[in-house]
Amino acid sequence: MNGSTIIFYLLAALTLGCGMVAVTTRQIFRAAIFLLFSLIGIAGIYFWLDYEFIAAVQVVVYVGGIVVLIIFSIFLTHQAGEQLPKQSLRRKLLSVLASVCGFLLTIIQVWKYSFTKSAGTPVEPSVGNIGRRLLSANADGYALPFEVISMLLLAAMVGCIVIAMKSPTAVVSKENKAQPEMVTIDQKEQKILVEEEIGEV
Amino acid sequence: MQPGIYHLLLISTALFFIGVYGFFTRRNLITMLMSIELILNSVNINFIAFNKYLWANKLDGVLFTIFIMAIAAAEAAVAIAIIINLYRSRQSIDVKHAEELKW
Repeated sequence: MNGSTIIFYLLAALTLGCGMVAVTTRQIFRAAIFLLFSLIGIAGIYFWLDYEFIAAVQVVVYVGGIVVLIIFSIFLTHQAGEQLPKQSLRRKLLSVLASVCGFLLTIIQVWKYSFTKSAGTPVEPSVGNIGRRLLSANADGYALPFEVISMLLLAAMVGCIVIAMKSPTAVVSKENKAQPEMVTIDQKEQKILVEEEIGEV
Repeated sequence: MQPGIYHLLLISTALFFIGVYGFFTRRNLITMLMSIELILNSVNINFIAFNKYLWANKLDGVLFTIFIMAIAAAEAAVAIAIIINLYRSRQSIDVKHAEELKW
Protein backbone atom coordinates (compact mmCIF):
# COMPACT_ATOMS: atom_id res chain seq x y z
CA MET A 1 0.00 0.00 0.00
CA ASN A 2 2.05 2.94 -1.23
CA GLY A 3 1.14 6.62 -1.47
CA SER A 4 -0.26 6.43 -4.98
CA THR A 5 -2.70 3.70 -4.01
CA ILE A 6 -3.85 5.62 -0.94
CA ILE A 7 -4.46 8.72 -3.09
CA PHE A 8 -6.49 6.63 -5.53
CA TYR A 9 -8.72 5.27 -2.78
CA LEU A 10 -9.16 8.75 -1.28
CA LEU A 11 -10.22 10.13 -4.69
CA ALA A 12 -12.61 7.22 -5.20
CA ALA A 13 -14.13 7.78 -1.75
CA LEU A 14 -14.51 11.53 -2.46
CA THR A 15 -16.22 10.87 -5.79
CA LEU A 16 -18.61 8.18 -4.59
CA GLY A 17 -19.36 9.77 -1.20
CA CYS A 18 -20.13 13.19 -2.63
CA GLY A 19 -22.13 11.63 -5.46
CA MET A 20 -24.17 9.67 -2.91
CA VAL A 21 -24.93 12.81 -0.88
CA ALA A 22 -25.74 14.74 -4.07
CA VAL A 23 -28.56 12.35 -4.98
CA THR A 24 -29.95 11.92 -1.44
CA THR A 25 -29.84 15.35 0.24
CA ARG A 26 -33.11 17.27 0.37
CA GLN A 27 -31.55 20.70 0.02
CA ILE A 28 -31.11 21.34 -3.69
CA PHE A 29 -28.27 23.83 -3.31
CA ARG A 30 -26.31 21.34 -1.21
CA ALA A 31 -26.92 18.73 -3.88
CA ALA A 32 -25.31 21.04 -6.46
CA ILE A 33 -22.27 21.68 -4.24
CA PHE A 34 -21.75 17.96 -3.57
CA LEU A 35 -22.09 17.28 -7.30
CA LEU A 36 -19.28 19.81 -7.79
CA PHE A 37 -17.01 17.95 -5.36
CA SER A 38 -17.85 14.64 -6.98
CA LEU A 39 -16.83 16.03 -10.38
CA ILE A 40 -13.61 17.40 -8.86
CA GLY A 41 -12.90 13.89 -7.53
CA ILE A 42 -13.33 12.51 -11.06
CA ALA A 43 -10.90 15.15 -12.36
CA GLY A 44 -8.49 13.96 -9.65
CA ILE A 45 -8.85 10.38 -10.91
CA TYR A 46 -7.94 11.58 -14.41
CA PHE A 47 -4.87 13.32 -12.95
CA TRP A 48 -3.98 10.12 -11.12
CA LEU A 49 -4.13 8.24 -14.45
CA ASP A 50 -1.77 10.85 -16.04
CA TYR A 51 -4.42 12.20 -18.42
CA GLU A 52 -3.75 15.84 -17.58
CA PHE A 53 -5.55 17.31 -20.58
CA ILE A 54 -8.77 15.39 -19.89
CA ALA A 55 -8.58 16.38 -16.23
CA ALA A 56 -8.23 20.05 -17.19
CA VAL A 57 -11.16 19.79 -19.62
CA GLN A 58 -13.19 18.09 -16.88
CA VAL A 59 -12.53 20.95 -14.47
CA VAL A 60 -13.21 23.65 -17.06
CA VAL A 61 -16.33 22.17 -18.65
CA TYR A 62 -18.05 20.46 -15.72
CA VAL A 63 -16.93 22.34 -12.63
CA GLY A 64 -16.59 25.73 -14.31
CA GLY A 65 -19.46 25.46 -16.75
CA ILE A 66 -22.22 22.98 -16.05
CA VAL A 67 -22.30 23.23 -12.24
CA VAL A 68 -22.31 27.03 -12.41
CA LEU A 69 -25.19 26.82 -14.90
CA ILE A 70 -27.07 24.46 -12.55
CA ILE A 71 -26.49 26.79 -9.57
CA PHE A 72 -27.77 29.75 -11.61
CA SER A 73 -30.92 27.87 -12.55
CA ILE A 74 -31.42 26.90 -8.88
CA PHE A 75 -31.23 30.58 -7.95
CA LEU A 76 -33.76 31.42 -10.66
CA THR A 77 -36.29 28.74 -9.73
CA HIS A 78 -36.04 28.14 -5.96
CA GLN A 79 -36.60 30.11 -2.79
CA ALA A 80 -33.72 30.15 -0.30
CA GLY A 81 -33.92 27.42 2.35
CA GLU A 82 -36.67 25.56 0.54
CA GLN A 83 -36.48 21.78 0.98
CA LEU A 84 -37.40 19.21 -1.62
CA PRO A 85 -40.50 17.16 -0.77
CA LYS A 86 -39.97 13.80 0.88
CA GLN A 87 -40.26 10.77 -1.37
CA SER A 88 -42.37 7.81 -0.43
CA LEU A 89 -40.56 4.92 1.25
CA ARG A 90 -41.87 2.49 -1.36
CA ARG A 91 -40.31 4.40 -4.22
CA LYS A 92 -37.02 4.70 -2.35
CA LEU A 93 -36.88 0.99 -1.56
CA LEU A 94 -37.71 0.00 -5.14
CA SER A 95 -35.07 2.41 -6.48
CA VAL A 96 -32.44 1.03 -4.10
CA LEU A 97 -33.40 -2.51 -5.12
CA ALA A 98 -33.17 -1.72 -8.85
CA SER A 99 -29.85 0.11 -8.47
CA VAL A 100 -28.23 -2.58 -6.29
CA CYS A 101 -29.39 -5.38 -8.58
CA GLY A 102 -28.08 -3.56 -11.65
CA PHE A 103 -24.80 -2.83 -9.87
CA LEU A 104 -24.28 -6.44 -8.82
CA LEU A 105 -25.20 -7.76 -12.27
CA THR A 106 -22.73 -5.42 -14.00
CA ILE A 107 -19.93 -6.03 -11.50
CA ILE A 108 -20.28 -9.81 -11.72
CA GLN A 109 -20.09 -9.62 -15.51
CA VAL A 110 -17.02 -7.36 -15.36
CA TRP A 111 -15.33 -9.57 -12.78
CA LYS A 112 -15.83 -12.72 -14.86
CA TYR A 113 -14.46 -11.11 -18.02
CA SER A 114 -10.70 -11.23 -18.49
CA PHE A 115 -9.50 -8.24 -20.45
CA THR A 116 -6.71 -8.70 -22.96
CA LYS A 117 -4.20 -5.92 -23.34
CA SER A 118 -3.37 -4.85 -26.87
CA ALA A 119 0.27 -5.03 -27.92
CA GLY A 120 1.85 -1.90 -29.33
CA THR A 121 3.91 1.05 -28.30
CA PRO A 122 1.93 3.32 -25.94
CA VAL A 123 1.03 6.78 -27.24
CA GLU A 124 1.53 9.70 -24.90
CA PRO A 125 -1.90 11.36 -24.33
CA SER A 126 -0.40 14.82 -24.68
CA VAL A 127 -2.22 17.86 -26.03
CA GLY A 128 -0.20 17.74 -29.26
CA ASN A 129 -1.03 14.10 -29.98
CA ILE A 130 -4.70 14.60 -29.13
CA GLY A 131 -4.93 17.70 -31.30
CA ARG A 132 -3.23 16.08 -34.29
CA ARG A 133 -5.50 13.05 -34.02
CA LEU A 134 -8.61 15.20 -33.54
CA LEU A 135 -8.05 17.38 -36.60
CA SER A 136 -6.47 14.95 -39.06
CA ALA A 137 -8.63 14.04 -42.06
CA ASN A 138 -6.98 10.63 -42.52
CA ALA A 139 -8.76 7.31 -42.12
CA ASP A 140 -8.16 7.26 -38.32
CA GLY A 141 -8.69 11.00 -37.83
CA TYR A 142 -11.67 12.63 -36.13
CA ALA A 143 -12.09 15.74 -38.31
CA LEU A 144 -15.68 14.96 -39.34
CA PRO A 145 -17.02 14.34 -35.78
CA PHE A 146 -15.19 17.50 -34.71
CA GLU A 147 -17.05 19.56 -37.30
CA VAL A 148 -20.36 17.88 -36.46
CA ILE A 149 -19.84 18.68 -32.76
CA SER A 150 -19.12 22.31 -33.58
CA MET A 151 -22.40 22.51 -35.53
CA LEU A 152 -24.21 20.81 -32.63
CA LEU A 153 -22.84 23.33 -30.14
CA LEU A 154 -23.90 26.23 -32.38
CA ALA A 155 -27.39 24.76 -32.78
CA ALA A 156 -27.64 24.18 -29.02
CA MET A 157 -26.61 27.77 -28.32
CA VAL A 158 -29.19 29.21 -30.74
CA GLY A 159 -31.81 26.81 -29.39
CA CYS A 160 -31.11 27.83 -25.77
CA ILE A 161 -31.52 31.52 -26.60
CA VAL A 162 -34.76 30.89 -28.49
CA ILE A 163 -36.26 28.63 -25.79
CA ALA A 164 -35.30 30.80 -22.82
CA MET A 165 -36.26 34.09 -24.51
CA LYS A 166 -39.44 35.74 -23.30
CA SER A 167 -42.07 35.80 -26.04
CA PRO A 168 -42.80 39.38 -27.25
CA THR A 169 -46.52 39.14 -26.45
CA ALA A 170 -45.82 38.20 -22.84
CA VAL A 171 -43.49 41.18 -22.46
CA VAL A 172 -46.09 43.58 -23.89
CA SER A 173 -48.88 42.30 -21.66
CA LYS A 174 -46.63 42.55 -18.59
CA GLU A 175 -45.71 46.14 -19.44
CA ASN A 176 -49.39 47.02 -19.85
CA LYS A 177 -50.14 45.48 -16.49
CA ALA A 178 -47.20 47.17 -14.86
CA GLN A 179 -48.24 50.62 -16.03
CA PRO A 180 -51.20 51.28 -13.67
CA GLU A 181 -49.36 49.85 -10.65
CA MET A 182 -46.48 52.26 -11.18
CA VAL A 183 -48.93 55.16 -11.38
CA THR A 184 -50.54 54.16 -8.11
CA ILE A 185 -47.15 53.84 -6.43
CA ASP A 186 -46.25 57.34 -7.64
CA GLN A 187 -49.54 58.68 -6.34
CA LYS A 188 -48.98 57.00 -2.98
CA GLU A 189 -45.50 58.47 -2.73
CA GLN A 190 -46.86 61.90 -3.60
CA LYS A 191 -49.57 61.53 -0.96
CA ILE A 192 -46.99 60.56 1.63
CA LEU A 193 -44.79 63.47 0.64
CA VAL A 194 -47.72 65.86 0.84
CA GLU A 195 -48.70 64.50 4.24
CA GLU A 196 -45.14 64.88 5.50
CA GLU A 197 -45.03 68.44 4.29
CA ILE A 198 -48.34 69.18 5.99
CA GLY A 199 -47.01 67.63 9.20
CA GLU A 200 -43.89 69.76 9.05
CA VAL A 201 -45.95 72.90 8.47
CA MET B 1 -2.81 -4.16 -4.36
CA GLN B 2 -2.12 -1.64 -7.11
CA PRO B 3 -5.39 -0.23 -8.54
CA GLY B 4 -6.04 -1.43 -12.05
CA ILE B 5 -8.82 -1.50 -14.60
CA TYR B 6 -11.15 -3.49 -12.32
CA HIS B 7 -11.01 -0.81 -9.63
CA LEU B 8 -11.82 1.92 -12.14
CA LEU B 9 -14.70 -0.10 -13.58
CA LEU B 10 -15.99 -0.65 -10.04
CA ILE B 11 -15.95 3.10 -9.39
CA SER B 12 -17.65 3.93 -12.68
CA THR B 13 -20.33 1.27 -12.18
CA ALA B 14 -21.04 2.52 -8.64
CA LEU B 15 -21.26 6.12 -9.90
CA PHE B 16 -23.56 5.05 -12.73
CA PHE B 17 -26.00 3.35 -10.37
CA ILE B 18 -25.84 6.25 -7.88
CA GLY B 19 -26.98 8.39 -10.80
CA VAL B 20 -29.70 5.88 -11.69
CA TYR B 21 -30.93 5.90 -8.07
CA GLY B 22 -31.09 9.70 -8.13
CA PHE B 23 -32.95 9.63 -11.42
CA PHE B 24 -35.53 7.21 -9.99
CA THR B 25 -36.15 8.99 -6.70
CA ARG B 26 -35.94 12.68 -7.60
CA ARG B 27 -39.00 14.47 -8.88
CA ASN B 28 -37.34 17.85 -9.47
CA LEU B 29 -36.05 18.53 -12.99
CA ILE B 30 -32.77 20.15 -11.88
CA THR B 31 -31.82 17.27 -9.58
CA MET B 32 -32.70 14.80 -12.33
CA LEU B 33 -30.31 16.71 -14.59
CA MET B 34 -27.61 16.35 -11.91
CA SER B 35 -28.14 12.58 -11.88
CA ILE B 36 -27.73 12.51 -15.66
CA GLU B 37 -24.43 14.37 -15.30
CA LEU B 38 -23.20 11.69 -12.86
CA ILE B 39 -24.18 8.95 -15.34
CA LEU B 40 -22.34 10.66 -18.21
CA ASN B 41 -19.25 11.09 -16.03
CA SER B 42 -19.20 7.40 -15.16
CA VAL B 43 -19.17 6.61 -18.88
CA ASN B 44 -16.20 8.97 -19.31
CA ILE B 45 -14.27 7.13 -16.57
CA ASN B 46 -14.91 3.88 -18.44
CA PHE B 47 -13.53 5.26 -21.70
CA ILE B 48 -10.41 6.65 -20.02
CA ALA B 49 -9.79 3.39 -18.11
CA PHE B 50 -10.04 1.29 -21.27
CA ASN B 51 -7.75 3.67 -23.12
CA LYS B 52 -5.18 3.64 -20.33
CA TYR B 53 -5.05 -0.06 -19.49
CA LEU B 54 -6.09 -1.88 -22.68
CA TRP B 55 -5.41 0.30 -25.74
CA ALA B 56 -2.52 2.48 -24.67
CA ASN B 57 -1.32 2.57 -28.29
CA LYS B 58 -4.43 4.52 -29.38
CA LEU B 59 -6.17 7.72 -28.38
CA ASP B 60 -9.78 6.84 -29.27
CA GLY B 61 -10.96 6.72 -25.65
CA VAL B 62 -9.64 10.23 -24.99
CA LEU B 63 -11.33 11.62 -28.09
CA PHE B 64 -14.63 9.92 -27.26
CA THR B 65 -14.43 11.44 -23.78
CA ILE B 66 -13.95 14.90 -25.27
CA PHE B 67 -16.97 14.43 -27.55
CA ILE B 68 -19.13 13.19 -24.67
CA MET B 69 -18.16 16.25 -22.63
CA ALA B 70 -19.14 18.57 -25.50
CA ILE B 71 -22.50 16.83 -25.89
CA ALA B 72 -23.07 16.91 -22.12
CA ALA B 73 -22.44 20.66 -22.08
CA ALA B 74 -24.89 21.24 -24.94
CA GLU B 75 -27.46 18.97 -23.28
CA ALA B 76 -27.19 20.73 -19.92
CA ALA B 77 -27.57 24.16 -21.54
CA VAL B 78 -30.66 23.16 -23.53
CA ALA B 79 -32.18 21.36 -20.54
CA ILE B 80 -31.75 24.41 -18.31
CA ALA B 81 -33.28 26.68 -20.96
CA ILE B 82 -36.30 24.35 -21.08
CA ILE B 83 -36.48 24.24 -17.25
CA ILE B 84 -36.46 28.05 -17.01
CA ASN B 85 -39.15 28.32 -19.68
CA LEU B 86 -41.22 25.71 -17.85
CA TYR B 87 -40.80 27.55 -14.55
CA ARG B 88 -42.01 30.74 -16.21
CA SER B 89 -45.27 29.17 -17.36
CA ARG B 90 -45.92 26.74 -14.42
CA GLN B 91 -44.15 28.40 -11.45
CA SER B 92 -42.82 24.92 -10.64
CA ILE B 93 -40.18 22.55 -12.01
CA ASP B 94 -41.67 19.37 -10.57
CA VAL B 95 -42.24 16.65 -13.15
CA LYS B 96 -45.79 16.26 -11.81
CA HIS B 97 -46.68 19.68 -13.22
CA ALA B 98 -45.29 19.04 -16.70
CA GLU B 99 -47.71 16.49 -18.06
CA GLU B 100 -49.16 17.91 -21.28
CA LEU B 101 -47.34 15.29 -23.34
CA LYS B 102 -48.39 12.43 -21.03
CA TRP B 103 -50.29 9.53 -22.65
